[in-house]
Amino acid sequence: MSRGLRLIPIILLAWLVAGLAWRLIKPADPAVPSQLVHRELPAFDLPAALPSKPGLKSTDLASGRPRLVNIFASWCVPCAGEAPVLAELKRRGVAIDAIAVRDTPDAITTFLARNGDPYQRIGSDRQSEVQIALGSSGVPETFVVDARGIIRHQYVGPLTAANIPGVLQQLAAAR
Amino acid sequence: MKYLVLVALAVAQPLLADSNLPPAYWANRQLPNPQQEAEAQALMVELRCLVCQGQSIADSDAELAGDMRDLVRRRIAAGEKPSAIRAWLIERYGTWISYKPTDEPAAWPLWLAPIGLLVVGAWLIRHRIRLRAKR
Repeated sequence: MSRGLRLIPIILLAWLVAGLAWRLIKPADPAVPSQLVHRELPAFDLPAALPSKPGLKSTDLASGRPRLVNIFASWCVPCAGEAPVLAELKRRGVAIDAIAVRDTPDAITTFLARNGDPYQRIGSDRQSEVQIALGSSGVPETFVVDARGIIRHQYVGPLTAANIPGVLQQLAAAR
Repeated sequence: MKYLVLVALAVAQPLLADSNLPPAYWANRQLPNPQQEAEAQALMVELRCLVCQGQSIADSDAELAGDMRDLVRRRIAAGEKPSAIRAWLIERYGTWISYKPTDEPAAWPLWLAPIGLLVVGAWLIRHRIRLRAKR
């Protein structure tokens, strides 16, 4: 066997080690983005999660002005973490609706009393059905929906203060 | 103090990031029709769990996986084809959600690898036989 061929196993090993080292240093992003971004919202009609607020229908979201749809749950810790950011967005006049995943009215009431309530409507999604229909893979997630009910952007994971300018820009572009 | 820490560890409860609702009806229940249940099982082992990435929804204890099993079983019970359910999920989550390899260009190395390895193997064997014949 020629000299060059003998080097093949070593080259393969080096390639493998380099690949493993690269992924250890820079882990892959585990977020699964929804394929529905830039497409129309799927039709859904969720009952009200609280007696004091309306539920959420897909037709509510083609309302002539861009809105945020926040997917949250009272049992989700990062959702409490992003609450101040949603409150700030509401203060700046952003319309926010919500889908509460696998939740009960009592738990939602306690959660909103503790963390503030930025929502106009809250739909109750007790079996994650609409969450799956939207291509959402967890809580919290936030969708930017334009004036015609087309999804323009998806934020996977909690929003932070650093996201506020981006969200406002997305909403302005979705008019 | 040491004992106090030990006692505290012994009685500590894990913090569960789970909802307080029970699993969906068909999450952990088989369909009464064995043929439909077999179809549902075959599909569920090929669908990837969004929470415990790397497990199938058939293997995962995550609540979202339970809700997806419920969705698969309900749709199969309603007469929907497994391929249609898979396509519906791929439309939402991309091919990521399915373990079944597709024919898109990104998957070509996967299909070509066995052929490539066979060619390399055949070449190696030929080389060996020639070496032996020379001796």
